[in-house]
Amino acid sequence: MRRFSILAVACLVVALAFTTNAWSFGRKTVIKIGINAPITGDIPKVGEGTKYAAEMWLEDVKKAGGLEVGGKKYPVELVIEDNEAKAESAVKANTKMITEDEVLVIVGPQSSKQAVPAGDVANNYETPMISPWSTNPNTTKDRPYVFRGCFLDPFQGPVLANFITEEFGFKKAAVLYDVASDYPKGLAEFFKQAWEKLHGPGSVVAYESFTTKDTDFSSQLTKIIKSGAQVLFTPQYYNEVALIVQQAHELGWKGPIVGSDSWGSAETVQLCGKDCYGLFFSTHYAAAGATGATKAFIDRYQKKYGYVPDDVAALTWDSLGIVKTAIESLDKLTGKIKKDRKAVRDAMARVKNYKGITGQMTFTEDGDPIKCAVIVRISDKGEYEFYKSVCP
Amino acid sequence: MEFFLQNLVNALQWGSFYALIALGYSMVYSILMLFNFAHGDIFMVGSYIGLGIATLLLGLGVSAGWAMPGWLVLILTIIISMFLTAFVGILVERIGYRPLRDAPRASAAITGLMIGIILETGNLALLGARRMSFPPLIKSVTYDFGGVFVTNKKILIVLVSLGLMYALHNFIQRTKWGMAMRAMSYDYLAVPLMGVSLNVIAPMTFAIGSGLASAAGILYGLAYPVLDPYMGILLGWKAFVAAILGGRGSILGAALAGFLLGFIEIFVAMIFPSTLRDLIAYSIILLILTFRPYGFFGQAHSTQLRL
Repeated sequence: MRRFSILAVACLVVALAFTTNAWSFGRKTVIKIGINAPITGDIPKVGEGTKYAAEMWLEDVKKAGGLEVGGKKYPVELVIEDNEAKAESAVKANTKMITEDEVLVIVGPQSSKQAVPAGDVANNYETPMISPWSTNPNTTKDRPYVFRGCFLDPFQGPVLANFITEEFGFKKAAVLYDVASDYPKGLAEFFKQAWEKLHGPGSVVAYESFTTKDTDFSSQLTKIIKSGAQVLFTPQYYNEVALIVQQAHELGWKGPIVGSDSWGSAETVQLCGKDCYGLFFSTHYAAAGATGATKAFIDRYQKKYGYVPDDVAALTWDSLGIVKTAIESLDKLTGKIKKDRKAVRDAMARVKNYKGITGQMTFTEDGDPIKCAVIVRISDKGEYEFYKSVCP
Repeated sequence: MEFFLQNLVNALQWGSFYALIALGYSMVYSILMLFNFAHGDIFMVGSYIGLGIATLLLGLGVSAGWAMPGWLVLILTIIISMFLTAFVGILVERIGYRPLRDAPRASAAITGLMIGIILETGNLALLGARRMSFPPLIKSVTYDFGGVFVTNKKILIVLVSLGLMYALHNFIQRTKWGMAMRAMSYDYLAVPLMGVSLNVIAPMTFAIGSGLASAAGILYGLAYPVLDPYMGILLGWKAFVAAILGGRGSILGAALAGFLLGFIEIFVAMIFPSTLRDLIAYSIILLILTFRPYGFFGQAHSTQLRL
């Protein structure tokens, strides 16, 4: 009995401590930012990049004495939750951060698999959320509280059409794509639309397709070469890129071949070899050859953690930057979490021409950024080099 | 005209693979009257063995301080891998088919499918899902014949394929072993009574078919240097179509039909939108079979077929 009463007292004390703690937070208003990341699971590297970028950002904020809202500095705290790269865990992590930790904003989850269901939770609880890396349209669709830090897949079509037109001055393009796969098929269609908008109907002189697992593209490529196309666009994955590029060269293709972010795997060059040197593709961000703020970020990250940050880390950095800009643009924080969340959401939607390290961003009504893509050139050493930034 | 010739060259290369693989199907059928559905995967195994041998030889050359010329590595690779893959073929026959020789045909047919899946997933377990790149053993040189582009690889592929087919033809027609195979395909019940064992001829047939598949696999690796464990499935199915189209059990038919299949696929894509390629190509083949249900060289009165 005596032991029980000690336990009961201890419990009470702990509970009291927590409540007073909560009170004091309510009074002082600490800005809590939730990070929903895959620290464990299939893609721990993605989680690590997210965490590292967030910690670097927090360091900066702390150095500045917190976030400044209406002339008053507020301390910032990160709540990092592991979603194990699973959809259920991401939903759980979001719910916990929103209801228990009372975060103001959530950054993450990264992959669409987790971001789509977790976005639903955030939207239902009217908590602003920004997924730095999710490219699936459904993440933000009809969810006013959900934003993203990267461009959507279809967006690369017009970007590449513009780039080719400006860079080479070409008028006739050919497209070769896998008709049985969603990503290439969609991108091929968007590129064709954009190209024909620029150069008139019929300017895509060859629009050829194949089916997943095909390895011989000789008849399609022969047709493309005969059509008089000046450039070949092929939004394929790395294994097909190697075959297409090599066969095109063997059949006498001399023009440039251009691709999309699906090329951006290290294996592209491994499989393709010298045939791919000098070719271009569009992507989110390029580490090699970066300048300005991007370079500063890369150097700092590399010095601190020992490796070059990937696109996840860069996009997370930018997403946190947008959150900061949005919060600091407010007149005041009321301390009432619901009201503040709404205010932050509105402020995020208002963000215009935010200068991030992955490009300038302005959000559309859907919460998707209008931003520039990076064009990467595969250098003569087989490295992915920043070439230029292209806007739609 | 150049357009047509260019497609002709493309079709010759593409047809070579179908022809070489279809030969294996056809030979096994003529002896055992069953289709070895694992044949496409034996082609895959042959390609991977070729990749292993080539890498090994290149590595040996480097460590010995004398870099072997690419053509020598290629020749050695083809010969060694053909032997090794032949043993894989013998193993498949011994483990998969011999215990089921008197079982219903359907059981033997699904044995092939199962062995195929075992080979695919075995490879996956052994080497992982990462695609492998076949080393470019010979430097690719492109010749421009008045607008028709031909690479040295293409010429090599077509010549080696034709050479192997010619060698097979001579083997079957001119040697004692070939005669035994022909006799066996004529009657596999009576011929063993005359002292020719089916347990020798059947493994030999598997060995030859697998050796050819391995050669096809290496040539394929030269032309399309991205290998994955499932590369044999689609090609195997299409080569199976060629074997049927040529007339079940007919060597000449299988070779010709292999090339024909290549031509149809390439030329359909040349004339029609490429999205419709397989739809139209295989409708044409369905039509051919409707009018010639026994294929080009198959005989209507007998399921026993000629070599």
